[in-house]
Amino acid sequence: MNGSNLIPLSLFILFAPLAGFWLTLLLGKKIQKSYLIEIVISTLVLLTTLYVTFTKLFYFPDTKFVSEFTWINLGTVPILGKITVELGMMIDNITALMLFVVALISALVHFYSIEYMKGDARFNRYFAFLGIFSFSMMGIVLTHNIFMMYIFWELVGLSSYLLIGFWFEKDTASDAGKKAFLVNRIGDLGMFSGILLIYVNYHTFTFDKIFLAIGNGVLPFNSEFWLTIVGVLLFCGAIGKSAQFPLHVWLPDAMEGPTPVSALIHAATMVAAGVYLVARIFPMMTGDALLVVAVIGALSAFIPATIALTQTDIKKVLAYSTISQLGYMIMALGVGSFAFGFFHLVTHAFFKAGLFLGAGSVIHAMHHEQDIRNMGGLRKKLPVTYITFLVFCLAISGIPLTSGFLTKDGILAGTYAFGLLTGNALFAITGFFVALLTAFYMFRILILTFHGTPRDEHKYEHAHESPFLMIAPLVILATLSIFVFYTANPFNADSGWVLSRWIKTPASVVPEHARYSFMVSDKAAEVSKMSEHVTHSEIYTEALHHAHIPSVLLSLFLAGLGILLAFAFYQWKKIDVDALTLKIKPLYTFSLHKWYFDEFYHKTFVALLLGVSNLLAWFDEHIVDGIVNGAAYVTRMLSRLSGLFDAYVVDGAVNLTATFSGLIGLLFRKIQTGKVQAYVVLVVFSLVLLLLFFVKI
Amino acid sequence: MTTIGLQHYLVVSSILFSLGLFGIVTRKNAVMVLMGIELILNSANINFIAFARFGNFGFDGQLIALFIIILAAAEAAIALAIILNIYKNFSTVNVDEIDKLKE
Repeated sequence: MNGSNLIPLSLFILFAPLAGFWLTLLLGKKIQKSYLIEIVISTLVLLTTLYVTFTKLFYFPDTKFVSEFTWINLGTVPILGKITVELGMMIDNITALMLFVVALISALVHFYSIEYMKGDARFNRYFAFLGIFSFSMMGIVLTHNIFMMYIFWELVGLSSYLLIGFWFEKDTASDAGKKAFLVNRIGDLGMFSGILLIYVNYHTFTFDKIFLAIGNGVLPFNSEFWLTIVGVLLFCGAIGKSAQFPLHVWLPDAMEGPTPVSALIHAATMVAAGVYLVARIFPMMTGDALLVVAVIGALSAFIPATIALTQTDIKKVLAYSTISQLGYMIMALGVGSFAFGFFHLVTHAFFKAGLFLGAGSVIHAMHHEQDIRNMGGLRKKLPVTYITFLVFCLAISGIPLTSGFLTKDGILAGTYAFGLLTGNALFAITGFFVALLTAFYMFRILILTFHGTPRDEHKYEHAHESPFLMIAPLVILATLSIFVFYTANPFNADSGWVLSRWIKTPASVVPEHARYSFMVSDKAAEVSKMSEHVTHSEIYTEALHHAHIPSVLLSLFLAGLGILLAFAFYQWKKIDVDALTLKIKPLYTFSLHKWYFDEFYHKTFVALLLGVSNLLAWFDEHIVDGIVNGAAYVTRMLSRLSGLFDAYVVDGAVNLTATFSGLIGLLFRKIQTGKVQAYVVLVVFSLVLLLLFFVKI
Repeated sequence: MTTIGLQHYLVVSSILFSLGLFGIVTRKNAVMVLMGIELILNSANINFIAFARFGNFGFDGQLIALFIIILAAAEAAIALAIILNIYKNFSTVNVDEIDKLKE
């Protein structure tokens, strides 16, 4: 067994969806069923990915496959220094896991969409867009340098834009697409600056070379402060793409896109790209940069969770829940709990995609009704959807025996350990509180959708279980939300194969005094190899062990409490929700209006931008146009002057010459009588004169 | 008794030349102008002969005189033909009226 075929196969994984995109798009006009090309390709990609992922993870868990070539080599350029750009692919463990997640969910969504999008006017185009999305996402995952990652980063932004605005006849959909694109651009601006700073300092885009240089003590502009700045700037890209606070406002609006797209792009893969980016650059993040990451993550976990409590659109609740869970991952990476952060990305991808597809199944059954206030009692009509949805809800709430429990508990333990080591308990408090909220709002929508009595009898009567192609992905994803795929011990994932063999915290390359104090590697831990958390000291591993039991108990208690409250509120109606709502009216409206983020942005940034634009427009219209018009006026005047000069001076001179010649002509024509004898006289006369002059007598 | 010398010939030829020139300038009839030209040619002939007789040029002068006579004959023929054509075109041989060159 050798791994030499992994790189060629991953090339296939990367480019096959692109081929699918072009073929589906170009043949779409001629062949009615050109989407089948895309379906076949996504299946082939999934099979190839399965092979690549499992070969990598089972046979080469400690090898990193890299293939690169020099794309641009300008040699040494004056002022700028050495300019070479290398492109290449890299497959390590987190790449392999991401590949698996992306390919699997992509293929499931392809199949699911056949039924969900049936009868859509632009059916083939929809599948073509899915193809270009898969291509771009695979690109982000497979690349070994940040330059290519940025290219594919923008490409996923494009495909996200295309798919959010897929039903562009609706104004809300096309607006949401534009909003997503523009908000992402803000984050990408930061990321781009970060990339430029890296290139200026290291003359390379390749992750490994950057890390090597930093490890050798080469710092940007010779200061750790700038290393922090670079880390934070790169993280800006993740803030945009992963919809983190304060750029989270685009994701809820992105729910205007078709539901399978929400499952694929806005729950499982593209939004996770931000987390993936942070995981990639984790080794070069200084302690300060990680603290920024953690704070942003904590805010993003908390704020959307409170908003999700009151939303009534089933997809909006899921969208806010996605932001909140992504915030979890980001926070986990920020507090140094790399493995659990990334692990949560994987498990969350499965159950959140499942939740969206389940919601899609409900929406499909209810004929595009998304408001949970009009649902209820669907359990009997959609039994399979109900059961899978329940599994996903249990997973996201962190109930034992599910995958969500493993990872969420890990993250909470990580924040808890961070609190123990640094005395900063805010992250842990946020984490646990959000766990409570998550359990509550997830069960709120579960109960409102599936339990109780139908609130819209008419729609309820017409509801029906979704067809096989929509159910099968749900079942597969629900199966993957069970612990057995990740670890044999349902209460502690540390000994499971995912964490002990596959996801390893990469060694930090930042100078030791710029790291978190607990990340300073101590020799004892390195020698004994007792810890999977290699960059961490023994203290950290110990703290994590200490944190494990309390955080399991606490998170279980809070999740249980959340679920219990949800049942009490909505199932048994022990507590009157409306009365409670009235009592805390201000808080309720605040949450219902999403903390007024959109309004705030409209009043401040958008208004400011419009103001500046108006100012610039005024400047353009009056000053610039004035200068242009003035220049034109001056030119016109000069031309007129020059015209006058031409007409009078030049023409005058010419005419004068002509007149003068004419006058001379008039004078001399008198001589030309035409009479031969006159000429003869003249000749003779002249001859005599000449003789007189020249002949000396 | 004076011997007839070179000067006498030259005087005669000058008179002849002047008469020819006078004829060319004053006569209105083209034929008369032509006759004036003949006179001038003959005055030149006299000059050649005289210089041949009194100068040390051998027979060159006489030869050229013979040439001029032949030339004059040819010239008379051509000139008369021209005059005939002029008459055909203008119905006159008055040189004053033939001033088309002016236009």
